[in-house]
Amino acid sequence: MSAPDLTIPAARRRQDREPWTMERIIVHALLILFVLLAIGPVLIVIINSLKTTPAIFGGPFDLPTAKTFSLEGYRRVFTRGNFIVNYRNSLIVTVTTIGLTVVLSTLAAFALVEYRVRLASLLGGLFVLGIMLPIRLGTIPLIQMMLAWRLMDTLAALILVYTAMSIPIAVTLMVTYFRTVPTDLKEAARMDGASELRTFWIVLPLVRPGLAAVAALTMLPVWNDLWFPLILAPSRQNQTVTLGVQQFVGQFMNDYPALLAALTLGAVPLVLLFTLFSRQFISGLSKGYSK
Amino acid sequence: MISPAAAYRNLLLFVLPALAVYLVFAVLPLATSIVMSFFQTSGASGDTFVGFANYVRLFTHPTISARFWNALLNNMQYFAIHLIVEVPMGLLLAALLTSGKLARSEGIYRTLLFIPATLSVVIVGFVWRLIINPLWGLVGFPLLGTESTALTTISLMSVWQYFGIPMVFLYSALLAVPNELVEAANIDGAGGWTTFWKIKFPLIAPQFGLIAILTYIWTFNGFDLVFALNGSAPGPNYSTDILGTYFYRTFFGSSGQLADLDLGSAVATVIFLTVLLVTAAYFWLIQRRLKSYSV
Repeated sequence: MSAPDLTIPAARRRQDREPWTMERIIVHALLILFVLLAIGPVLIVIINSLKTTPAIFGGPFDLPTAKTFSLEGYRRVFTRGNFIVNYRNSLIVTVTTIGLTVVLSTLAAFALVEYRVRLASLLGGLFVLGIMLPIRLGTIPLIQMMLAWRLMDTLAALILVYTAMSIPIAVTLMVTYFRTVPTDLKEAARMDGASELRTFWIVLPLVRPGLAAVAALTMLPVWNDLWFPLILAPSRQNQTVTLGVQQFVGQFMNDYPALLAALTLGAVPLVLLFTLFSRQFISGLSKGYSK
Repeated sequence: MISPAAAYRNLLLFVLPALAVYLVFAVLPLATSIVMSFFQTSGASGDTFVGFANYVRLFTHPTISARFWNALLNNMQYFAIHLIVEVPMGLLLAALLTSGKLARSEGIYRTLLFIPATLSVVIVGFVWRLIINPLWGLVGFPLLGTESTALTTISLMSVWQYFGIPMVFLYSALLAVPNELVEAANIDGAGGWTTFWKIKFPLIAPQFGLIAILTYIWTFNGFDLVFALNGSAPGPNYSTDILGTYFYRTFFGSSGQLADLDLGSAVATVIFLTVLLVTAAYFWLIQRRLKSYSV
């Protein structure tokens, strides 16, 4: 408790001691208003998922009391739903996609920055264009490809499509990070007789923030996507969390405690991850799309 | 130094894996879709070249074309609402976050405000349907069940979900504005409002334009929220049908409509051109000029 927080610059500490001017009060008031608007609905879901059905309808905005508290919804989600399988599928798809995207785009971005031949700028441009590419519009040929390769209704189909979807922004983002690596370091490595792959390994720790940004940026659209799970992996054993919750909502229309529990379980992991990685996500978003 | 030949070889070796996945699973399907739109593939005699026949059907067949124009107009409205509500809201919040009046609370606000953007559409759709439920929710009027209000309601739900994206995008742009400029303006007696519009905003205009065009691309790819709320034939009476749900119906089929892959390919191509032409025009006409103002 006693150690002063040295990470906050002096200018900011000064602000903390500034008087509460009218302008400052208005800024805080507006932000608090928007925060309530942003998290209010989420809190309603979480709070009501912990109550009995009559309590949900009797006072949807009340906190659970000893009398109205109930975990029945959660119990029913796990007995009737398919949550463990859904979670496993979403984890496999998201983690593998992130892994593949990080590895492939890092290799590509290193080379695009390193070997300044004409082709490199052409390829770089091709990846930048891909950021704008609405990949869903290729769904019909994708279905036919997956059918032909016997990948229809598999998690592999999702992973391949999501990796392709994530690569353009990931490559573009990693290029901006590799540009900041000093040339001296790479030349020194080569002088020592390091191979190109070895040089890549030596440089890699310097672009670590970029790897985190790519991971944070890839995770969100993949975990929350509804379109491709619906079309490429719809069967019960291959459903992701997003699709699983969607179907659960359709099936148990009137079981509100279970529905709200399912929604809470579907949302919590990503909300937590983003609270932890928001910095990486923000830098990824701004650097990646600002090309 | 590396010889040009070795540079080419190394470049290809490193880029090839990423390039292959990207070409095979993103570029090729889209290109195939465009090619397919000029063929009839479902016939008994194999693939037949039919020229623009699929497009003629899309634009002239009474129900197919009526539904298409309806979805296109709805999608324009869906985008317009995002443009006039979500993007300015993101700008306002980014401006507040970087106003220099927050000190340590800045990060907390930023994180909390971004939470809706991390939710899946299933949750967004469900919780808002719960809140505006006409029976016991906050509004005593069936906003989603009335043709004239349903699309605006869904658009605003989507705005609520995604305002965090333009917010953090413009927030990091504003953070990059050199502090000296802002301080100089303050010394000259300019208040927060004047400093923002005269100094900060002109400097982030390129990013503002970029997030507007990205919003265009994203809303014309819209599908998830509408589908989660209203299914693939989004009512009432197709009043919330957008291009994504229309496209889904053409190749997946729905009640009263058989799956038609060739027509679906034509639809995909038309959507692609709609997105491409506007995006290209934007970069050609506007973004280049905005760039010239930036430092």
